[in-house]
Amino acid sequence: MKTAVVVFPGVNCEHDVVRAIEALGGEAELVWHRDTDLTGFDGVILPGGFAHGDALRTGAIARFSPVMAEVERLASAGAPVLGICNGWQVLCEAGLLPGAHIANRDLSFICRFEEVEVVDTDSILTRGASPGQVLRIPLNSYEGNWVDPSGTGRVVLRYRSDPNGSQDRAAAVTNETGSVVGVMPHPERATDELLGSRDGQVLLESYLHSLVPA
Amino acid sequence: MKVTVTIDRRAELADPEGVTVKRALHDLGFTETTSVRMDRVIHLDVDGDDPDVVRGRVEEMCRQLLANPVLEDFSVEVHA
Repeated sequence: MKTAVVVFPGVNCEHDVVRAIEALGGEAELVWHRDTDLTGFDGVILPGGFAHGDALRTGAIARFSPVMAEVERLASAGAPVLGICNGWQVLCEAGLLPGAHIANRDLSFICRFEEVEVVDTDSILTRGASPGQVLRIPLNSYEGNWVDPSGTGRVVLRYRSDPNGSQDRAAAVTNETGSVVGVMPHPERATDELLGSRDGQVLLESYLHSLVPA
Repeated sequence: MKVTVTIDRRAELADPEGVTVKRALHDLGFTETTSVRMDRVIHLDVDGDDPDVVRGRVEEMCRQLLANPVLEDFSVEVHA
C-alpha cells in the first residue's frame, strides 16, 4: 500500500518522511502539488516546511493547490490523512481539521525535543500507542499555537509542558472519525537512535497499519 | 479601483505579537499604551466601474482566501 507525500513549493521535510516510512517497511512516493490524480494511493502525508513561503497565513495558499481536491477525496473516503507541522496548518486551512494556528505564545521559534503524552488512541496516528505513553519528539515551529473556538477538535497527543500556548496543550488533533490527524512535532525525525529518539516510530507505524487498499 | 482590506484578529483571541510590541513600548517609556493589536492591511487595485460590484468581489476574496474565518474579521473600503 502506497502513501503520497505531497510536495508544495517550500516544503522541506518530504525526504525525511519518505525515508522514515520506507525504514518501517512502508511504500511512499513524492507527489507534486499540481498533480491532480492520486489514484493508486491509499493514504496521504502532508510534510512540514513552509508551503508557498507561508505567504498570507500558514497553509492559506497551499490549501488551494490542485492536489488538495484529491486529498479531500481520499479524506472523505476515510483514507488516512496525516499533516505534520506545516501540513497540519494546511489541513486546518482546508477545513479538514478544525481550528487554526497562530504565532507561539512567546514569539519564539521552538526547535527542541518535547515530551508528548498519548491521550487518545482512536486515531490513525495513535492507535498502536498506549494511553498515557510519553513520547519524546522534536518540535520545530513558530506557528504551533493551535486555537479552536469551535471546540470540536479531538486532542490525541498533549504536550507535558506548555511550550507554545496551544489550546488544551494540543500537540496532535484528529477529526471525528480519527482518520485525519494533524501533529505539530515531527515523528519522522524520531525514528532512529542516531536522531536521538525512536519514539516517533509507534506513531508512523500506527499510520501504516491504518492503511487499507483504496 | 483602489481597495483597502483590513484583517483583524478577533478580539477574544490571543495576539502574541501585539503583547510583545506592547511590552517593548512600555520598556521605551510609553507606558500609557494599554493595548496593541497587530492587524493586517492589504491594498488592492481592482478593475471595475461599479464600487458595489467591486466591494462584493473583494468581500468574496476575503471569505475565500484573504481572511481566515476561524481567526479573523475583515472590512473592505473601496476608494472611488
